[in-house]
Amino acid sequence: MGKRPKSFGLLAEYETPGDLYHACEQVRDAGYAAWDAYTPFPVHGLEKAMGLRASLVPWIVCVMGFTGAALGFLMQYWMAAVDYPLIIAAKPLNSYPAFVPITFEPGILFGAFGAVFGMLGLNKLPQLYHSLFNSKNFARVTDDRFFIAIEARDPRYHTEDTTKFLEETGALSVEEVED
Amino acid sequence: MSHYIPPTHETDPDPLQGRSALIKGDPSFAEITEAVARPIEMPHKRWILFFLPALALLSLLPISLGWLFWEGIGVWGNNVPIGWGWPIINFVFWVGIGHAGTLISAVLFLFRQKWRTSINRGAEAMTIFAVICALIFPGVHVGRVWAAYWLGPVPNQMEMWVNFRSPLLWDVFAVSTYFTVSSLFWYVGLIPDLATMRDRSKTTIRRMAYGFLAMGWRGSHRHWVNYESAYLLLAAMATPLVLSVHSIVSFDFAVSNLPGWHTTIFPPYFVAGAIFSGFGMVLTLMIPLRVWFKLEHIITIKHLENMAKIILLTGSIVGYAYSLEFFIAWYSGNEYEAFLFQNRAFGPYAWGYWIMMSCNVITPQFIWFKKVRTNPKALFVLSIFVNIGMWFERFVIVVSSLHHDFLPSSWDYFSPTIWDVTLFLGSFGLFFTLFLLFLRYLPLIAIAEVKSVMPRANPHFVDPDKKPASRDHHASHGEVSAKSEPEPEPEPEPEPEPEPEASKDEPEAKEEAEPEPEPEPEASKDEPEAKEDAKDASESDDTPEAEASSEDHAEDADADEDADEDEKEEEAEKLLFSPPPSDKTDAKKDGKDNG
Repeated sequence: MGKRPKSFGLLAEYETPGDLYHACEQVRDAGYAAWDAYTPFPVHGLEKAMGLRASLVPWIVCVMGFTGAALGFLMQYWMAAVDYPLIIAAKPLNSYPAFVPITFEPGILFGAFGAVFGMLGLNKLPQLYHSLFNSKNFARVTDDRFFIAIEARDPRYHTEDTTKFLEETGALSVEEVED
Repeated sequence: MSHYIPPTHETDPDPLQGRSALIKGDPSFAEITEAVARPIEMPHKRWILFFLPALALLSLLPISLGWLFWEGIGVWGNNVPIGWGWPIINFVFWVGIGHAGTLISAVLFLFRQKWRTSINRGAEAMTIFAVICALIFPGVHVGRVWAAYWLGPVPNQMEMWVNFRSPLLWDVFAVSTYFTVSSLFWYVGLIPDLATMRDRSKTTIRRMAYGFLAMGWRGSHRHWVNYESAYLLLAAMATPLVLSVHSIVSFDFAVSNLPGWHTTIFPPYFVAGAIFSGFGMVLTLMIPLRVWFKLEHIITIKHLENMAKIILLTGSIVGYAYSLEFFIAWYSGNEYEAFLFQNRAFGPYAWGYWIMMSCNVITPQFIWFKKVRTNPKALFVLSIFVNIGMWFERFVIVVSSLHHDFLPSSWDYFSPTIWDVTLFLGSFGLFFTLFLLFLRYLPLIAIAEVKSVMPRANPHFVDPDKKPASRDHHASHGEVSAKSEPEPEPEPEPEPEPEPEASKDEPEAKEEAEPEPEPEPEASKDEPEAKEDAKDASESDDTPEAEASSEDHAEDADADEDADEDEKEEEAEKLLFSPPPSDKTDAKKDGKDNG
């Protein structure tokens, strides 16, 4: 406990996605809030074992996509019918059927920006330093090992008890990670 | 990690999947990482043997562009009726090749074609580099490159705006959007693998470079949830985008009033042709690479066969489109159209037409034979023919439609000059240089994605040798499953519930929650109503677990099925108790207080 301010939390290592999955269920059910699972690839269904909410990315994409499409159309309308009205091929100034492609493309473009930058923003990336990188074992998270970290800021966190708890979930090892 | 059962569906085909393993030899996760990362960390000596010729070809590009800028587009073979010539042929050729990457990444992703994971990274890289090559051509075809910004709606001193009714302008937007979105898609897919490269790197420079590009990715599952959502949406948006791009490219032709171009069949026909040529190029690149990089267990014959089948399909669509054009030329009764098509097949460009026909229509038909489509060498030769054929398709469309104008006095024959050829070769140099650099520094295979489609990535995958151990860890779950085993949905265990609706889901939740927090589950059984309500509402259902522990023999059941069930049930629950999702943390706290 004395170490608490310096400690990021406990890192438990698991060998298989199955072990991690069941351990996540136990951590979730024990009521921890500030914790996370770390995996080399998205383990199918783990968000359920962890009790996570659905992602907000679709909403960002939806808003961005429609914004892009609206801006695309308005740009064409303003340029072709308001700012520089020029009759071409006897078409009406606001010849909206011809504006469809450039309404569609900015919609997709903005939606894609929303997806990528929304994802990065929600994940608080880029974040080049993270306490977990202090752990040597953690380097295998991008290779073949599966981890759970319970953070010291969790009100239920208690170094000894949580260590014991994590060991009981089937961890290969549990270590304390410096902040 | 020495003992693994072979992927269960090899011996016992799943009714839905019924397929053998995508990755041969059942490697471990670490072996996959190793197989993909090793060629980057210890590059093959032969790499330089390919890189130098590519650089030599690339050097043609600045030379031909420099001469072009100095002298003007008169250095090309373009003439008055044939104003488009090679630059536009090459543009369409490269853009077409650039379609396979996104098709593999996005369309096959949406169709849950898991085999895409072995080839998507390379195909996406190919796409981006092909689109870069494509963008050069219309950019310099404008003649005065210093005025190329007129292509976009950029405020300028003439106070004029671009003409939004022109397909050529749509094309500017479509191709640049396509390039941007493909790059984003590729980069998002690369992030976890860049983190893998970072964590494996031995030198500081590598660690910093990969670390910077990986943006601190650490495989957090809270991140993966957003990541997967973003990836799915990018795929969902890239799919209509990829179809729109080549449709719009075809509008460049079809919206004009020229016989041979003015056809409604052009958009689907161009899209099919683009996929055809793109897969041709993917095969051309992947067949040698899988051998040189020793990735034959990841890019298997099955992958090549699947791609060959797509080539067969799209090649047949293209062949159908060629014949339909002829049919319409006759059936429409339009004499210009009829003349043009006779001229196309039997006129001065008949040689081009028949090269196109034999490469694009006859060659892919060999894929009907299993011996051909499972033979990499045969497929390689075939893919070269596809590439050639598709270049000639664009040549035929552009040149044979233009060279006999409405006025016989302006008819002319088109011959390329040396500068046409050098610019085209230079674009190949650019393509191969970029692709070789990609091979040298970035993982050719989407490591994380390949791992995620391996049988053992499924949390319900059971290793028979391991099972007892994991059983010990999760003895409590064994109990749970014993209870819930008789029925996945133990309907009327009549607890006196306030809401009859809710009672259906409740028992499950309770049983699951029982053993979990406290040493004495029986005691807690009586009161945890409120707590479970909250938890149940905010959290997901528990079927995966029940299944996991109860039916070991059915563990190989395919993950998607699970997911579907889960999703359905979760949705049902959401309907029943629809609290705002933010309740979760509250629920947790409640649970904590109770405990």
